[in-house]
Amino acid sequence: MERVPLERKVLNENDLIAARLRARFAEHDILCLNLISSPGSGKTSLLERTLESFGRGERVAVLTGDIQTENDAKRLARFGFPVKQITTGGTCHLDARMIEKALLDWRLEDIDLLLIENVGNLVCPSSYDLGEAAKIVVLSVAEGEDKPLKYPSIFFKSELLVLNKTDLLPHVPFDIAAAEENARRVHRDMNIIRTSCVTREGIAEWVAWLDRKRESTRVSAAAS
Amino acid sequence: MHEMGIANSVLDVIRKETLRFPNGHIHKVGVRIGELAGVDPDAMSFCFEALVRGTELEPLALEIEYCPRRYQCRACGHSYAASRDDFACPECGKLDSQFLGGDELELAYMEVEDGARAAGA
Repeated sequence: MERVPLERKVLNENDLIAARLRARFAEHDILCLNLISSPGSGKTSLLERTLESFGRGERVAVLTGDIQTENDAKRLARFGFPVKQITTGGTCHLDARMIEKALLDWRLEDIDLLLIENVGNLVCPSSYDLGEAAKIVVLSVAEGEDKPLKYPSIFFKSELLVLNKTDLLPHVPFDIAAAEENARRVHRDMNIIRTSCVTREGIAEWVAWLDRKRESTRVSAAAS
Repeated sequence: MHEMGIANSVLDVIRKETLRFPNGHIHKVGVRIGELAGVDPDAMSFCFEALVRGTELEPLALEIEYCPRRYQCRACGHSYAASRDDFACPECGKLDSQFLGGDELELAYMEVEDGARAAGA
């Protein structure tokens, strides 16, 4: 009997495709962001508020993942930007191959910002690199403030936490300070923005965060 | 539940490796799963067994090394594994630690029985 070392990542195949995507995004100065949350936390609403804040000339595109239906793509298409639905047909997350396939008939030269809305799920999407510059986790105040402790992987891997549906705070027993503290227990330097897609609280702050992130992509692209 | 896909990725590697050992049989594969990997070890074992059963890969065992979140305190230098709810340094109580690991999802090793010499080696 012999023990043979393997020492490689289990998702090596996915990571190779993700690295290929990351290189293509860098080549075309594209900022790619991967939005992850449980179902119903308001990812699509946040994207609606985001797209409506952009002028017609903005070079923004959206890929939106769901197990079934084209509903999200229909909701997002009315803002006039390229939107494509990825229907996974049962799979609980997007993987890098799905992104590569979805981008086949898009001209990357025409995109500066690619927003990916993952399948609603706080667990599985955290394992799959899509070639994004950053993961963003969305948590709504209609959920539990202990979610960061229950699902540490996605909170650890996300650069930004969007605490959504703050308009509901007067109606739900959600301790927003505890939620933020829990997020920082798992991820000490977590950036946090509180938003409401109904009152539009925090949307300007979120769009400003996006703008800063896009600016740093342009600067690092110019430097390389 | 993406453990089925993850278990399948492990088996894809093992299937490729069997070609390197035409005279041997791989009977165990060791995987490291970090607490922050987002993969449940029990679900992983369940899926792995289901996928192996009745195939040419039998007998093939899965050994999981579950890796906790690990930190090093910036204040006193102490290295430690964090509990689920608390990552403060157990030595000095400070909340200023550097992340060392705990997000791994890696194939560590496999055990090959008989004819372990790789083809062409």
